[in-house]
Amino acid sequence: MYAISKFINISQDVVCENDKQIFHNQEDTFAAFMKNLYKSLNISYPKFYKMDDLCKLAFIASELLLQNETEKDIALLFSNNEASLDTDLKHQQSIQNPKDYYPSPAVFVYTLPNITIGEVSIRHELKSESAFFVAEKYQTDYLYKYAEYLLKTNKAQKVLCGWIHFLNGDYKADFYLVEKMGILEHSKEQINDITK
Amino acid sequence: MDALKQELKERIINALNLEDISIEDIQDNDPLFGDGLGLDSIDALELIVLLDKEYGIKLADPKQGKEIFQSVETMAQFVAANRTK
Repeated sequence: MYAISKFINISQDVVCENDKQIFHNQEDTFAAFMKNLYKSLNISYPKFYKMDDLCKLAFIASELLLQNETEKDIALLFSNNEASLDTDLKHQQSIQNPKDYYPSPAVFVYTLPNITIGEVSIRHELKSESAFFVAEKYQTDYLYKYAEYLLKTNKAQKVLCGWIHFLNGDYKADFYLVEKMGILEHSKEQINDITK
Repeated sequence: MDALKQELKERIINALNLEDISIEDIQDNDPLFGDGLGLDSIDALELIVLLDKEYGIKLADPKQGKEIFQSVETMAQFVAANRTK
């Protein structure tokens, strides 16, 4: 039997940790919200500013869960509904006009959703199991079984599961950490509650 | 040349999202890569696009970038000598 040790929800200008509000957005834009949230973490990681919005969201949600974590064998199971569509559209706009054809390499590198896993792995020095799934909604049944399998077979000591949505300024992140001990039972009911 | 260097510093900061760095923080001869601004390989590609888009300079060989992007000083000299717009 495994447990959820901590969970984070970010949506509609609010960040909650274990269902308690820990940050409220006083700014108008997602960019300003992310910048203030990043600064509130008191970390120095200039690469954060180069990330696209999906990565920034995954980075912050993961940071809030892994900030004081010493375990490095943490599997990452991320998922969302639209892959990297927001950045794909930005890239597409930059190559739309043949007379103004200047695709940005810095934008292009984010036209894959699993780069979110890469950014979090680099930040926390993780060389662990990982997967990014694209699905209409959070696949509770599958991801519950996947996390349990990784832990039971000793392929990971902990599993960080996350749903990250970002498209046209609309955003939502639901992240939770699964391990041996925690505050909630690792069950489909609890996962559904966290990711609702 | 001084105006071009200032312009380049501003464009580098904007193009590479160097959020915590101001124009005053970049000295003309500071290395752009390594211990200097700490730019990476994607930044190098972005600088190649910047030369093309803003100054009409197409680098035929990306390896040229190693010499050109040593510092704002070397970039400015290259731009001044090769710009088409």
